[in-house]
Amino acid sequence: MTQQDVYDALLNVHDPEIPTISLLDMGIITNVDVRSDDEVHVTMTPTFVGCPAIDVMRKDVEAAVRGLGVTNVTVSVTFDQPWTTNRLTEAGKAALLQHGLAPPEPFDTLTLKLDVLNNVACPFCGSRDTTLKSPFGPTLCRSLHYCNVCLQAFEGFKPV
Amino acid sequence: MNTQALTDLCYRMADDELILAHRHSEWTGLGPLLEEDIAFSSIAQDKLGHAQALFTIMHDLGGEPDADTAAFMRDELKMRCSHFVELPNGEYDFSLVRHFLFDVAEYVRWTALVRSSVEPLANLARKIHGELKYHLYHAQTWMVQLGANGNEESHARMQSALNEAWPYALGMFEPGEFEDALIADGIFIGEAVAQQRWLELVAELLQSSTLMIPTQVEPIYGGRKGHHTEHLKPLLDEMTEVYRIDPSAEW
Repeated sequence: MTQQDVYDALLNVHDPEIPTISLLDMGIITNVDVRSDDEVHVTMTPTFVGCPAIDVMRKDVEAAVRGLGVTNVTVSVTFDQPWTTNRLTEAGKAALLQHGLAPPEPFDTLTLKLDVLNNVACPFCGSRDTTLKSPFGPTLCRSLHYCNVCLQAFEGFKPV
Repeated sequence: MNTQALTDLCYRMADDELILAHRHSEWTGLGPLLEEDIAFSSIAQDKLGHAQALFTIMHDLGGEPDADTAAFMRDELKMRCSHFVELPNGEYDFSLVRHFLFDVAEYVRWTALVRSSVEPLANLARKIHGELKYHLYHAQTWMVQLGANGNEESHARMQSALNEAWPYALGMFEPGEFEDALIADGIFIGEAVAQQRWLELVAELLQSSTLMIPTQVEPIYGGRKGHHTEHLKPLLDEMTEVYRIDPSAEW
């Protein structure tokens, strides 16, 4: 059992609310510790502190590692390495786009300016002539936008 | 590390987050616009998450009960929330003003806690700091929109809500029992400094709102010592009803 075996298995565990993206590409798996063929510790961190999907994801991760035949699996959720949208992989951003969600722009996490939310590229036509309608959407990690070119409402994955 | 001081600080913060989360959630399904309904519901969910994370830190470091027990099984006298978060939602103007004043305070607190000597608290602070900018953005937008860009009625209502909220908002900074220890151990900057930074940031964010910040107002204290308004008990009864009937219930 190698760390890579575990990572490969986790590529098949997807976000329960955005089924096109794996938890690995989402960047929420922060550590995989293979102690033996029969003992694996995984550490993960939620996108938002209050994310209600974290328990489901934790159980999915545990099941995936057990699927490799490992008996002793622990999955802990910590904020030791806080998640930011900069942890999304390129494949992850493509997966968001595939789901119709505008991927977040790279972002300096300690500045307060939210200009980055204006003129987000429309996931349907690519135009940047778009307007932020609300920083709060159907889940904690999404914002609401409107495209002035293709006249469609769309959701973005908001930078944190 | 002074565990007693840390626990007192975390309960004060967690209880504020928990109770205001409940108040915000009362707008779910009733917001004046769909986007506002979603905004208050999302902010409520964020705050509930912050409270849970704080309860978990106390559970791990201070031997306090787990998050659900801490949230749902303490009676009124054990709660450390400020009177500000207990007040009923009132009209939307008051809810917006409270959301604004509270979130500026929360932003100030968590920004300071990024440098806390308590590592789990500092890690959590780095995370929450990123979330709060959306709360502030939402709150400030409405303060300016209804204060400066609305009409006479909207301005008057926002000013009146701000005047009504102010003494309670100052009450958020009621000193805890262990201020000196918190500061000496580098856990937190203390309430006096937090209040000063809050005043400065409130003034900055309200600059273009045309709203006047009340002056010479006495703060309303008591919540941090377990003395609460008449509004807390009914809120707790409602919030904890299911858990008290069946702690193992899932929904």
